[in-house]
Amino acid sequence: MEIPAARDPVSAARDAFDDAVLHVKQFRGETTLVVEPARLPEVLDFLRVSSGLVYNMLSDVSAVDYYPEDYGDEFDGDESDYRPGRFAVSYHILSMLYNRRLRVKVFAAEDDPRLPTATVVWPAANWLEREIADMMGITFDGHPDQRRLLMPDDWHGHPHRRDYPLGKETVAFSFNEAEIRKHKPFAQN
Amino acid sequence: MAVAAQARSIEEQRKWEGSLDELRGLVSERAMTGETMLLNMGPHHPSTHGVLRLLLELDGEEIVTCLPDIGFLHTGIEKSLEDKSYEKALPLTDRMDYLSPMSNNMAYSCAVEKLLDLDVPERGQIIRVICLELARCASHLVWLGTHAIDMGAMSVLLYAFRERERVLGMFEMLSGQRMMSSYIRPGGVWRDVPAEFLPTIKQFLKDFPAKVDDYEALLTQNPIWKDRAQGVGVVEPDVALAHGMTGPALRGSGVNWDLRKAQPYSGYETYDFNVPLGEHGDVYDRYLIRIQEFRESMKILNQAVARLETVKGPYRSENRKYVPPLRSELGQSMEAVIHHFKLWTYGYDAPDDEIYSAIESPRGEIGCYIHGTGANKPRRVHFKTPSFIHISALPVMSSGYLLADMVAIIGSVDIVLGDCDR
Repeated sequence: MEIPAARDPVSAARDAFDDAVLHVKQFRGETTLVVEPARLPEVLDFLRVSSGLVYNMLSDVSAVDYYPEDYGDEFDGDESDYRPGRFAVSYHILSMLYNRRLRVKVFAAEDDPRLPTATVVWPAANWLEREIADMMGITFDGHPDQRRLLMPDDWHGHPHRRDYPLGKETVAFSFNEAEIRKHKPFAQN
Repeated sequence: MAVAAQARSIEEQRKWEGSLDELRGLVSERAMTGETMLLNMGPHHPSTHGVLRLLLELDGEEIVTCLPDIGFLHTGIEKSLEDKSYEKALPLTDRMDYLSPMSNNMAYSCAVEKLLDLDVPERGQIIRVICLELARCASHLVWLGTHAIDMGAMSVLLYAFRERERVLGMFEMLSGQRMMSSYIRPGGVWRDVPAEFLPTIKQFLKDFPAKVDDYEALLTQNPIWKDRAQGVGVVEPDVALAHGMTGPALRGSGVNWDLRKAQPYSGYETYDFNVPLGEHGDVYDRYLIRIQEFRESMKILNQAVARLETVKGPYRSENRKYVPPLRSELGQSMEAVIHHFKLWTYGYDAPDDEIYSAIESPRGEIGCYIHGTGANKPRRVHFKTPSFIHISALPVMSSGYLLADMVAIIGSVDIVLGDCDR
């Protein structure tokens, strides 16, 4: 069987989705493709099935919070400083056939961050996105399982956010026990 | 009176169970009517290899689906890493996959090296390969022993742990620690191998192949073992790929993908070894692959030990902007003192950009994503761990098999809950 020649993922994605590719970045030999959030599943599916690309495996999904620094400004041309939203989710995809990786990145806004789910493209995205929803507080629309993954179901807040207060668990004394218990509905008998 | 007591206990039981509605869509409709049974396995079940809870939906003895519940061992390692300089964060990575800490060190170190563009001298790379392959043996030995004990073969555990103790002894020789070694560091390894290490590993390499034969004699052709393992937990290659499975679990389905071959790191491309592949994708094939990986690791170790004797030179990068100087230099060089002080207090700055780097651990691909801040602490470190992915794939691996097979399936994908929950 003849293997079709490898295509450049950036130009292929630009040809297919001209308006959806917002930005392209190279760093240490890794290519990052920033796409429009609403069209993420389409782009991922295109990269997965198109001949010459065949990114057949989802290696990792990771989220980053740009909280204390500037984000949401006008893009000033500095490659590493392209940050239109507070949160970014990166899909690291791998093409076994052509032995190369690609990062597809989407940004989400600070208020009520929402992204479409990639579970329709890869079932592997299920837990990886659930982890992000739990730890970063990004809602994945259409995700089949919206429960928390790592933290307890009655937990408040999203620990991996950069503004999540680092502290300790309040010690329960008789004067504040009722107050603490109110926040832990599942921990009672 | 008796009826009232019974009614109350049912009432209390209902209260304790919670509502079925939150599981709607996750379990089949038959569970809603009570036609199939929902049963908890774990979190303290001995064969779940840690604290894993599985909510099983059972039709008689057959598994309809299972909902893994993780997070019991969540220790916030990724969050803690954000508060430490790059070098000081390393010991935390040991604690994720506590059965092969060296692989975690390697995944993290490779990622930091990529982010900083840091070199690793040849001797350092050879020592790393030795450590990684020893870690693979040690991890597979724990897997072999616990997997066998889960399926009722008691004695294998004792033999496997006997050999593992020798590997851990070698780790202690190298790093001063049996398990949480923190030996592989960005730029190379912590220190050179001590003089007594080479004779010890040579003796181990002489003895170990016969021990692997012993394990095989106990299990490979054992009819009970074959009955329990063959045709159980079958994963088709396309399903394995769609669920992101890696390592022996993927190769058991016949997909030839090993990062040591495909995207070599630490000089793996210069070693001669094979990648064992399975055909059926069942528990038995995954067992055979790991047994053969013992032998392939021995091949790599023999080559690496031979090289270690000839290749001299530094074992850690001499880029003093990132790697602290030797203790012996501190008495003679003012610059060394400055570097020492700077690197152990502040650390070093890394670019405000992101990288992803992956290595082949005993369980599969460990990926490390680091996003720097431009200062001495990362903005975000994320580990893609094989156990996490494999537990998320448990429902497709187990549905349609019997409850007793669940134990075999969990064992065959070799999960570590510390690795999964981080």
